[in-house]
Amino acid sequence: MPLDFGKNYFDLFGLAPSFQLDTLALEQHYREIQLQVHPDKFAHAADADRRLSMQWATYVNEAYQALKHPLSRARYLLQINGVDTEEESNTAMPAEFLMQQMEWREAIVEAEAANDIDALERLAAKLRAESRSLQARLTEALDVGKDYTAAAGSVRMMKFLEKLGEEINRVLDALET
Amino acid sequence: MALLQIVEPGMGANPHQHRLAVGIDLGTTNSLVATVRSGLSVVLNDEAGRALLPSVVRYVAEGAHEVGYPAQALQSKDPHNTVVSVKRFMGRGLKDIANSGEMPYQFVDAPGMVQLRTVAGVKSPVEISADILRELRGRAEQALGGDLVGAVITVPAYFDDAQRQATKDAARLAGLNILRLLNEPTAAAVAYGLDNGSEGVFAVYDLGGGTFDISILRLQRGVFEVLATNGDSALGGDDFDQRIFCWILEQAKLPPLGPHDSRLLLTKAREAKEALTEHPQVNITAMLASGAALDLTLDGKTLAEITQGLVNKTLQPTRKALRDAALSVEDVKGVVMVGGATRMPHIQRAVAEFFHTEPLNNLDPDKVVALGAAIQANVLAGNRGGDDWLLLDVIPLSLGIETMGGLVEKIVPRNSTIPIARAQEFTTFKDGQTAMGFHVVQGERELVSDCRSLARFELRGIPPMVAGAARIRVTFQVDADGLLSVMAREKSTGTETSVVVKPSYGLSDDEVTAMLQDSQNHAHDDMAARTLRENLVEAERLLEATLSALLEDGEQLLTPEERTVIDVRVWALRGVLSGNDAQEIRQAMDALNRETEFFAARRMDANVRKVLTGHRLTELEEN
Repeated sequence: MPLDFGKNYFDLFGLAPSFQLDTLALEQHYREIQLQVHPDKFAHAADADRRLSMQWATYVNEAYQALKHPLSRARYLLQINGVDTEEESNTAMPAEFLMQQMEWREAIVEAEAANDIDALERLAAKLRAESRSLQARLTEALDVGKDYTAAAGSVRMMKFLEKLGEEINRVLDALET
Repeated sequence: MALLQIVEPGMGANPHQHRLAVGIDLGTTNSLVATVRSGLSVVLNDEAGRALLPSVVRYVAEGAHEVGYPAQALQSKDPHNTVVSVKRFMGRGLKDIANSGEMPYQFVDAPGMVQLRTVAGVKSPVEISADILRELRGRAEQALGGDLVGAVITVPAYFDDAQRQATKDAARLAGLNILRLLNEPTAAAVAYGLDNGSEGVFAVYDLGGGTFDISILRLQRGVFEVLATNGDSALGGDDFDQRIFCWILEQAKLPPLGPHDSRLLLTKAREAKEALTEHPQVNITAMLASGAALDLTLDGKTLAEITQGLVNKTLQPTRKALRDAALSVEDVKGVVMVGGATRMPHIQRAVAEFFHTEPLNNLDPDKVVALGAAIQANVLAGNRGGDDWLLLDVIPLSLGIETMGGLVEKIVPRNSTIPIARAQEFTTFKDGQTAMGFHVVQGERELVSDCRSLARFELRGIPPMVAGAARIRVTFQVDADGLLSVMAREKSTGTETSVVVKPSYGLSDDEVTAMLQDSQNHAHDDMAARTLRENLVEAERLLEATLSALLEDGEQLLTPEERTVIDVRVWALRGVLSGNDAQEIRQAMDALNRETEFFAARRMDANVRKVLTGHRLTELEEN
């Protein structure tokens, strides 16, 4: 018997599909649904209940993760609107953005060589600011203008930033070890 | 109408009956068992009133063994056959074990997991751990006066899949029904959080005998959400003993020692470490086999100096966990200290300095994990009193698959909330390729050789196609115990082949059954009687669950015809309960389970809908 999970992740949490999201409501609804479906609530139940509970809890976790983070939320919104973000295939980026990426990559390499943890923390803060401005653009493109092509472009840029962030964390881990 | 007959007095399970369930802290140095009695979580003591069971097993000739204090007392005399800190060997090969050369054991490098040769035969760490668990099970059943419904067993949060699987195997071998494998710091957070009614972000700093965990949790409206966890599954109080031991060797300029002297001085080192918690300095005296006398003085300042490196080794994972949780030390409201090793004053100071706050020590660091596990066990067994809180835990280490060039493609990232499933598509690289090999690994590094290998398997029967045309979907599912299963399916042609793998360190069901039979034949226990008893308990549970589901939702969610089908199955199961045929009971249970599947699905869906409808109503009212 197929599971009736509702139409999409937003429906599951009783939220309207939009990029700008009441994250407190998302969190609260997530917790309340998990209180109903989590395997810990079915440890003493029949096999069928236990299996279902695991499927539900898995699905709810997946949905929550997708909506919680701005990048995956934007990606998901595009997906339910039938738009491919082309993160693997489309490498066309504004020249300005690419230049900045290269500068940041160099800054990471320099900071690593100089053992400069503060510089890395400053870089991470800059990255967060950049990510916030991309989020503002995504709100505009997804919620207001419905300009999915522009949104897909912003998603690809955000993916770049996310990778840079991971690189900074990796270097921080290495320097502290 | 059938309902009334089902709950006929003396026939049905009593839904208010208290089910005996325990929480077990299977520690490196000491183990404990706790239970919830009259709403309070309490540690169960042995006959001499002691809470701790030293995790020491001594094997003697003819297959016998002793566990705990008697074994510990003889560890210096009989070091080859007395296994201490077996937890360090769980799910580990010989090459994984640091200082294996210095240990007094005769290791056997078995495939998958190392084994130890003793006078009672070759023992795997799973069997040795099972001996400890069996002792605790006996203690609990005696104290509680009945068979246990199940147990929650704690594991270090940073345990990988192989170590978790080994722990689960040990529990099954000890005849325990595992309700859940629970992460130790999470268990501690439950005990602490429920006790103190805390809200906010907390860190749990758990330095046990052989493992270190750091977990960052958010406690909010009864939900314990683990945000990130990190640690070192080979760092603990034992390592501090080892440093003191080395310091003794240096100070006394001793030559390499035999196993008896080594064990003796390690014990002296541990005693000195413990005494330094209360005293500024201690004398270490011993008489060696050579007749030489040892007499040294160790003070707290020296201890702090010689173990500074170890303390720093706990702070690195702490920083990483905070970073993964995207939090800074200022966001952390309190730090709960867990594990006997956190009693060391210089560790307390280091943690206070790092978090800019005095650590919380108001629960006994030796007992808090077992107390939390018992609370969870009580809820999982279906006893009342835990409907309003929930644990959301994470997987500690990323899971991935080997790709071309020995690189790892991460499929489930670390710190994902469990249960979780993630899928990835792969394709063939040769024309006409009909099989594909998969190598499942766990760890954070990019190279396969730097990660832990969990399993290898092959998907066969792929229809021949041109390279790149096959679409093979690999799904990783991590359950609520943090255990992984992997499935691969070729989907482009509609042919489905699936493989479920278990980590190579885990024992197969057949192996565990064989070992169980062995151990029980030895104890002259009756395997068939045990199976029957277990099936009866499970059948009662199933009937009770079905009954309460029918009472709650039967009318709304079932047509009379559907209801009749379920009633028939309930009756069939009831009918075979009075017999002595375990097989027949199993079949009747399976039949009932099958017929209630759609009902379970409808109930779950209705429950989720209820939560959301509730919201829509209140939100409308607010507007």
